[in-house]
Amino acid sequence: MEENVAIELRGIYKRFGRIQANKDVNLKLYHGEILSLLGENGSGKTTLMNMISGIYFPDEGQIFINGEEVVIKSPKDAFDNGIGMIHQHFKLIDVFTATQNIVLGMEGKLDLKAAANNVKELCDRYGFVLDPNKKIYEMSVSEKQTVEIIKVLYKGANILILDEPTAVLTPQETEKLFAVLKKMKEDGKAIIIITHKLNEVLEVSDRVTVLRKGETVGSVNTDEATVESLTEMMVGKKIELNIERTDPVNPVERLLVENLSCTNREGLPMLKNVTFTANAGEITGIAGIAGSGQRELLESIAGLQRDNSGSITYIDPETGTKKNLKDMSPTQIRALGVRLSFVPEDRLGMGLVGNMDIIDNMMLRTYRKGKSVFLEKSGPTALATKIVEDLEVVTPNITTPVRRLSGGNVQKVLVGREIASGPTVLMVAYPVRGLDINSSYLIYNLLNKQKESGAAVIFVGEDLDVLIGLCDKIYVLCGGQITGKVDARKTSKEEIGYLMTKGAGGSK
Amino acid sequence: MTKIIDIIVAAIIQGIPLLYGATGEIITEKSGNLNLGIPGIMYVGGISGIIGGYIYEKMTPNPVTVLLILIPLLSSLLGSLLMALLYSFLTVTLKSNQNVTGLALTTFGVGIGNFFGGSLVKMMGGTGGSIALQQTGKAFRAQLPFAKSLGSVGKLFFSYGFLAYLAIVIAVLAAFFLNKTRMGLNLKAVGENPATADAAGINVTKYKYFATCIGGMIAGLGGLYWVMDYTDGAWTNNGFGDRGWLAIAIVIFAIWKPLLAIPSATLFGGLYILSIYIPGLTSWQKELINTLPYVVTIVVLCTVSARKKKENLPPASLGLSYFREER
Amino acid sequence: MKSEKIVKEPLIHITKRDTMPPWQSILIRVGAVLIALAVSAVLVIVLTKTNPMSVFDAMFKGSFGSVRKMQNLMKSVATLLCISLAITPAFKMKFWNIGAEGQVLMGALAAAAVMRTMGRYVIPSWVVILVMLAAALVSGLIWAVIPAIFKALWNTNETLFTLMMNYVAMQIIQIFIAIWIKSGSGVVGYINEQSHRGWLPDLFGVKYLLNIIVVAGLTVFMFVYLKFSKHGYEISVVGESENTARYIGINVKKVVIRTMAISGALCGLAGFLLVAGADHTINKDLAGGMGFTAIMVSWLAKFNPFIMVGASFMLVFLDRGASNVATMCKLNDSVGEIITAIIIFFIIGCEFFIRYKINFRARTPKEKAPDEPEKPEQTEITEGEKAPAGIA
Repeated sequence: MEENVAIELRGIYKRFGRIQANKDVNLKLYHGEILSLLGENGSGKTTLMNMISGIYFPDEGQIFINGEEVVIKSPKDAFDNGIGMIHQHFKLIDVFTATQNIVLGMEGKLDLKAAANNVKELCDRYGFVLDPNKKIYEMSVSEKQTVEIIKVLYKGANILILDEPTAVLTPQETEKLFAVLKKMKEDGKAIIIITHKLNEVLEVSDRVTVLRKGETVGSVNTDEATVESLTEMMVGKKIELNIERTDPVNPVERLLVENLSCTNREGLPMLKNVTFTANAGEITGIAGIAGSGQRELLESIAGLQRDNSGSITYIDPETGTKKNLKDMSPTQIRALGVRLSFVPEDRLGMGLVGNMDIIDNMMLRTYRKGKSVFLEKSGPTALATKIVEDLEVVTPNITTPVRRLSGGNVQKVLVGREIASGPTVLMVAYPVRGLDINSSYLIYNLLNKQKESGAAVIFVGEDLDVLIGLCDKIYVLCGGQITGKVDARKTSKEEIGYLMTKGAGGSK
Repeated sequence: MTKIIDIIVAAIIQGIPLLYGATGEIITEKSGNLNLGIPGIMYVGGISGIIGGYIYEKMTPNPVTVLLILIPLLSSLLGSLLMALLYSFLTVTLKSNQNVTGLALTTFGVGIGNFFGGSLVKMMGGTGGSIALQQTGKAFRAQLPFAKSLGSVGKLFFSYGFLAYLAIVIAVLAAFFLNKTRMGLNLKAVGENPATADAAGINVTKYKYFATCIGGMIAGLGGLYWVMDYTDGAWTNNGFGDRGWLAIAIVIFAIWKPLLAIPSATLFGGLYILSIYIPGLTSWQKELINTLPYVVTIVVLCTVSARKKKENLPPASLGLSYFREER
Repeated sequence: MKSEKIVKEPLIHITKRDTMPPWQSILIRVGAVLIALAVSAVLVIVLTKTNPMSVFDAMFKGSFGSVRKMQNLMKSVATLLCISLAITPAFKMKFWNIGAEGQVLMGALAAAAVMRTMGRYVIPSWVVILVMLAAALVSGLIWAVIPAIFKALWNTNETLFTLMMNYVAMQIIQIFIAIWIKSGSGVVGYINEQSHRGWLPDLFGVKYLLNIIVVAGLTVFMFVYLKFSKHGYEISVVGESENTARYIGINVKKVVIRTMAISGALCGLAGFLLVAGADHTINKDLAGGMGFTAIMVSWLAKFNPFIMVGASFMLVFLDRGASNVATMCKLNDSVGEIITAIIIFFIIGCEFFIRYKINFRARTPKEKAPDEPEKPEQTEITEGEKAPAGIA
């Protein structure tokens, strides 16, 4: 079987600044097989594939194509080696037609008519429906994906890499795509699918390679794998977490979300009739594979995504009156006297300003206070000092730009600021992603303290052990829908894992 | 009737340098480079031609017509090329801010034009202050022999020097290049979305360099036309005026299409001199007419952005540097 | 299956720098300025064929040769600095306003119009001056807000829009001059030459001193505004990350329009100073391209008002000095513009070496132990070390 190896990676390393994206990755792909590259968000799957397709250049390591060592230093080298990648974020030119996009970067005389005919032929052969002369900006997401796939096939790629191809597709479209992939496999093509959806792995692939924290955990044949075994490889051995969980104090309803629906920019539904309740004095967990609508849910509540339907109601802890939060901007929400804090997933791109120092970042929430036209700096300075001391932020001083802090310290600064206002609702998205164990525990403790002091904490997480160990109840999101609500004290990883893949596209 | 023809001819003559500038800038902008140095490049294109022509005409006892044309032409192209290379090196290789680089390049180019224009005679050890290259000018203005005998038709179509026809040929070729060739397609892709072009195996850096340099050389010919044909081989400091900016306006007005740039340049050229031909205008009314090109350009810019028809918008990545490993 | 083929890595591989210690980045910038000066010096010497000492002597004399020259130098520095300060808030917000020239001219035109109109009546000069000031501020403001509104509404490209607005402004001046001056000379002479109505007085008998004081005040104001005011804070946040601005509830469109209004009004102020405090006349070349040079000053100074003082001074000094050298040698004085541009090329070019790191091919993959990842490209931050304002 060795001579049938299409591509082999040995000891690949890649680092971005402080982040080690890939570390000693080894991988093999044979002709005529579909390999799933499985891993959680941030496990380095996309970075790895970008190195095969020439977008990034590895710091170290070797790549072999059909047994020959090659250097891929540009996308062109990748094509020359028969590698084609279908990116998660489509790489298409909006104002071009499908055909123009497909022939882009090729050589020889430009004959768009002949090319359009060839495109049609390819479509017929694999069962795609596509108008070769349609402009990209007039296309639906699945049409765009079709263009991406044809583009790669048109160039005669033998090794296809698909980065989370089903993330944007409806279940029917996914079925079609899988059928096409199987046809290509029979044609002898080697295919890698990047995914974190276990049911898809089991359905379509022959083998699975699992990445965790940038390293290869191992490879298994799909028919020997189960959801449980793959989950374990992906998330690691069940760790005995020692998170102290107190019983909820006086859990009254604080935030009611009813029938919330919203669509993304492409018009694709991201949330479908989401209904849930967050109680004061409890930590409400939100579980789900990444991209199931978690971000849209939190941003809708925080007033950042106002293109939605349904209702969001806040119940005032003192008076018990109901306040509508839907269609309110963050400023209006604050004006209502609602102390809503939000630790977003994108810490340096949204929650903080990387080039500003700790003091200035403290002011983001409070700088408007007071009538003076000048900034009041003593309060934020005191707060910055306090957070650095209390949360043991490792920084030379409080005038250091937060960009220069390590990930854990950045998060301490952000969480510290968000809880400083004594929130009645605290939303946190992946608060321990990329943090070491000590920093993670510090964050857990902070969340527990907020819970004890009566805040309604909403915790969006990916690590099921943490969700089960920390939360009081857990809602599971799948494809923008709530597929279940479980009592964290009684549930199991398997139960949540099942709910996570149950919704759209995953009913198996 | 003769008067209308006079106006059209004058509009075309005024429009030719604008057309060169606009065609050059369209090709440049299609690569995503907003080269605000074009006005400077046009000055350099003019003065380089003058320098080449001066050295040849004044230093040779019996200049040959072919060389009278060829030497200024080549030195003009070389001067513009160097300017465009400077811009490309700064913005593409060193990823400097395009606006600042372009404005500095214009300062540089206008400075070079005026400096050499005002100092060349002295530096070459000649006497008198101003440059006048009669023989070179004559060579550039040579018309087809039968033009005069054709009356107004001849005047309308055949009364120009060869650079005028070349401007139109280049604009047509540019349109063909952008719409019908593979390299044109690749170039547009670079300007729209360099990351996509890069992923498709197109050498973004190479395309940006080539488009900017070729665009710059075309624009420089506009300066050459001005000094050799329009002013008959003479240089006046700041004589070219703000025409370089008007060329950039035409790029917007013609919504980045070289074929549309041909009538646009003629129209703008016409507006530039229209006030001279309308009888009984007071001087403020003349100035009002001179304002029209810019106002119309703004209206077009706003309309295009309001309608959001993707094909008519500026190239999507215009003004941005590209770095592959941006994260 | 070990491959014996020699595999080549790319020769040069460019990566983004994480951080660079401030002293290093300052060193690079200072080095760039020095190289630029050296290149300029060589250029001037070659072009003028004069010996270096007399070139430097003439350069110095060009700016400080006489009281008049020094006054003119200070006037130009003040004007350039004023415009540079004016455009800085917008630039810091990443709004590419290259329409300062037009905004200054509109301010100047309004001031001149008021000066002419009110000059016919016997009104105290200070009243005229105040009305001129108000008119100039409003005109500059309007001229800047128009593109900002379109940007907010339809995302109209502000670079091209503001560029065109410059030429509309110049033409409007031409129209007014044509209306005012019927004689055909087309030149507006000194306005109110007899009465000096609307002319800023010479403080302590020093010409242009009032201009200098106003601009000095503006420098401090702009520093405080950007660094200590709530508006300045919002500008920084919008410029750094629109996403963060949205997250904390800043109305980005409002901030864009407001900031452009301030920018435009201050450009109007520069126009007012030119008319009331310096030239007492109006023509379309009144701003003399300083609206464009100011963009470069603001950029070179990394939006720090105090560094802008030095940058404006340097550019004006070199421009004048070089022009003087050229005039001395009976050459054209445009050599000043050439030198200005060369310096800017070097300074903006050197930014690359601060932001990016060039890695040459030095090692082969097999030479390194795989469990020994490269040390991160960051510098240790030591106690008490602070990034200079504006650079970080």
